[in-house]
Amino acid sequence: MPPHPFRNVAVVGVHNTAQARHLAGHDSASIALLGALGALADAGISPHDVDGVVGPASAEIALELGLGPCTRRPSALGIPSVLDAAALIATGQCDVVVVAAGGAGIHIDPSTTAPWTRPTNELVVGFGLFTAAEFALMARRHMLTYGTTPEQLAAVAATIRTNGHVNPEAVYYGRGPFSVDDILASRMIADPFHLLDCATTSEGGCGIVLVSAERTIDSPSPLWILGGASDSFGPAYAVAPVWDFRPQPDADTAGRVGARAARRAFSMAGLTPADVDVAELYDPFSFEVIRQLETFGFCGDGEGGSFVEDGNIGPNGSLPVTTDGGTMSFSHPGINAQQLQRVVRAAQQLRGSCLTNQVEEAEVSLCSNGGAGALFCDVILLGRERP
Amino acid sequence: MTLLQPQPRGIPVPRPSVHSEKYWEGSRQHQLLYQRCAACGHIGLRAFTVCARCLATSPVWERSTGAGALYSWTVVWRPPDPSFKVPYAPAVVRLDEGVWMLSAVIGCEPGELHDGMRLAVQFHAISEEITLPYFAPPGR
Repeated sequence: MPPHPFRNVAVVGVHNTAQARHLAGHDSASIALLGALGALADAGISPHDVDGVVGPASAEIALELGLGPCTRRPSALGIPSVLDAAALIATGQCDVVVVAAGGAGIHIDPSTTAPWTRPTNELVVGFGLFTAAEFALMARRHMLTYGTTPEQLAAVAATIRTNGHVNPEAVYYGRGPFSVDDILASRMIADPFHLLDCATTSEGGCGIVLVSAERTIDSPSPLWILGGASDSFGPAYAVAPVWDFRPQPDADTAGRVGARAARRAFSMAGLTPADVDVAELYDPFSFEVIRQLETFGFCGDGEGGSFVEDGNIGPNGSLPVTTDGGTMSFSHPGINAQQLQRVVRAAQQLRGSCLTNQVEEAEVSLCSNGGAGALFCDVILLGRERP
Repeated sequence: MTLLQPQPRGIPVPRPSVHSEKYWEGSRQHQLLYQRCAACGHIGLRAFTVCARCLATSPVWERSTGAGALYSWTVVWRPPDPSFKVPYAPAVVRLDEGVWMLSAVIGCEPGELHDGMRLAVQFHAISEEITLPYFAPPGR
């Protein structure tokens, strides 16, 4: 068997900056820079040893830290940027890569929803579409097809928001705990999503350090990328979000975006969903977690609603999900950082360093990004054992 | 009673691209246009230059009867921008020709919306240049 493609790539540092509704004095690049520096400090690596920077602010960070000449990749989003960083090391282009993202100073008009939620593409803008409505159009089809209920959606939101309620690092720390009835009692935003079914908005940054395996001699607990892949059906929020859309007669549907990515990630890892100890799923809207549980193979199609209602995704359930509070409660600083934060949390789980909701002896974690309403979904598997 | 209605002028206005100018021109004349591949008949989610199925480069514009069925919907109570009047009901409509349309339902109450509900196109201008194709129950 050929060696695992990421056998020589280790994750040795992760960091979340302070997260808050507003971080005075920061813009997206400066808070991403703090995320990068924090991750490097966590890894015990001097910033001047970095030879690659990945993320939307990669060029700014290279200049700020005086890293030139170095590699920079302006990859957006979280999981793809980690996989790009891993590839830079696996192919010998770099030895020490920092991935960073941040969002601050973007959502400044409270009369509107956050700018990143309301793209102005010509086929959606006139009908008042925004991310909540786009994801609602996908959720509706699942409810019509499988009988999924608002109570089941609320069970996801109550679980994740309560995870944030107990997490002192979460923006919405101490705001709960939340019951299903609390979620259903919040005001309607875009039916079936109540306010508490939706992600919050906030500011913050984060970073992750990846190194070639020879450098892990300095690291007490290196982590490993066991598998990863990405699915997309096209640009987000530009065309109708159609659950049953198939680009080709034999293709999987847009409602199952991420199924192929998960299959490829599990195949690369030589694992199955049963091997996952904790799932740090991307949670832009409550329904999306139900969809991902089905799409990634943790339960069958149409079974996600009862899976979450039966308590499986709670901190003591069979598959703890989004244990830091996710975008609903931990933080949601824009387009990129909160996607990367799923990987940060997975690393904390595998190291056993979570302040709250630590899953005992977690060996394997799955993280996701995106969702059906945005027509893309990324998957990565991290583990404690070198592949 | 909460009748779903077209939006007033003042909402953000779509900007046509070189590929979609004909679609918006049709809408202005109260004609619902869509593209079909002349070679294999495939219909995409928007105007295209290459057919995603047979890869031919000969899309042609066709006129829809404007009749279709409700496929998915939401009712929005917190708009992305305060210029939108709530509630409104963004929807995916399946035209009888097989086109997936992103639009909004008007002319009924939110509680009337249901899977497969029959709908017909209705045009409402939001600026001098842009007229939006909404959908309402036939005859309303």
